[in-house]
Amino acid sequence: MVLAMVVCAVTGDLLLKRGMSEAGAVQFTGSGLAHGLVTMMTSAMIWLGILFLLGFMASQMTVMSWADYSYVMPAGAFGYALQTFLAVVILHETVSAKRWIGVLLICVGVVLVGQTKPRTAEITAAGAGMARSEVEKQMEEKVTASC
Amino acid sequence: MLTVLLLIVLICGSTGGEIAISHGAKKTGEPKRMRPWEVLVFIGQVMSNPWFLLGIPLMALSFFALLILFSWHPLSFVIPISALSYVVGALGAKYILKEEVNAARWAGVILVCAGVALVAAG
Repeated sequence: MVLAMVVCAVTGDLLLKRGMSEAGAVQFTGSGLAHGLVTMMTSAMIWLGILFLLGFMASQMTVMSWADYSYVMPAGAFGYALQTFLAVVILHETVSAKRWIGVLLICVGVVLVGQTKPRTAEITAAGAGMARSEVEKQMEEKVTASC
Repeated sequence: MLTVLLLIVLICGSTGGEIAISHGAKKTGEPKRMRPWEVLVFIGQVMSNPWFLLGIPLMALSFFALLILFSWHPLSFVIPISALSYVVGALGAKYILKEEVNAARWAGVILVCAGVALVAAG
């Protein structure tokens, strides 16, 4: 599931980048922005990219329902490594030594986090602590008030 | 000065938003089976959770801060600093979500943070 999350995020970004490069650089003027918006909205590549990013959002929420935030968050950074790799293979970009070192650090970090237990905190829909549910009630009131 | 303020909004907004959404997802429970329909129903439930509704404006705020920062500074300055959100996120997970962040996890988070900074600067 974490893999699905990373693949969706990276594919989405790549498609957006491809689509936006095809559309050309957006000019920061009224008509330039309007033109950019129209090209974005009519590009199949962009829509496909957005679809993949939505897939990322959905898989992230599902993973976070059982795994720690501090477990999922670094694992998601594996996407940078995959992105660099795909940028070389698909987009034929050149990658600096600094960037490869960064990719290496990320991979080691993700492996380290991956070895820890995915879930350490116990928050369930039914049994939340006294103090926590107090705070929650206040939060809920705030949110409904602001709506 | 304004840049520092916006960087704080960027980092705290995105981690705060993700922490709220993570909490909302856990409060909702888990999808019983990994069938597409059940996962969709689960996501719908998460999206109606007050914690999720709190998380979205936080992330939107962080996104606007990012756009403003991009118009002032180069990407290779903004992204490496925003990598600090991995450390802030781990702190938030430990103290707000009460997750157990042990030495291995800390080491991993710091390596990832340094790695992301290098990738963005390279």
